[in-house]
Amino acid sequence: DDAAVVVVEAMIFYSFFKTLVGQEVAVELKNDVALVGKLHNIDQYLNIKLLEAKVVDPQRYPQLTAMTSIFIRGSVVRYITIPKEHVDVALLQDAARKASKS
Amino acid sequence: MATALKEWVDKQISVITCDGRNIVGQLRGFDQVTNVILDECHERVFSMEAGVEQVVLGLYIIRGDNIAVIGELDAGLDAQTDLSAVRAPALNPVVHA
Repeated sequence: DDAAVVVVEAMIFYSFFKTLVGQEVAVELKNDVALVGKLHNIDQYLNIKLLEAKVVDPQRYPQLTAMTSIFIRGSVVRYITIPKEHVDVALLQDAARKASKS
Repeated sequence: MATALKEWVDKQISVITCDGRNIVGQLRGFDQVTNVILDECHERVFSMEAGVEQVVLGLYIIRGDNIAVIGELDAGLDAQTDLSAVRAPALNPVVHA
């Protein structure tokens, strides 16, 4: 199974982002591009698929204006901004605690 | 791999590479590390001095390491933009630091 090449740990963040599918998120990339859109899907590499996406500064980045569905490679993400209301902090802390024990 | 690019096969897509280039073409294939096969592709070179220059490339394989973003090109929106009138600086390269 090719997926075994990547070290599969507790996948805390993968599981966490799966709970946010459908929410509007903002993604800032390592090339400084900022995008917003609805989180449609995420995978074990934290590759992101955004729907109804738009680039925050379309004048600066016309290359991205004709794209409404965007796939972002996990390795180029700098930040993902998420709605605070949808974060269960206690659950996350608990998962992190369990992961650090093993 | 849930975020499969399967639904975009044979569709027109736009790839932003890690060195800041924009390559447009038809997606023919991909794999788990996001290596991509692009058919009939061309590079769109953006600059502040002149309109968008389109450089024809043909059939390309782009290695996944070098891919930042893949977007489904909305044909309608793309047709609306007059590329010769667009002035924009080049995209920054991806910096992993």
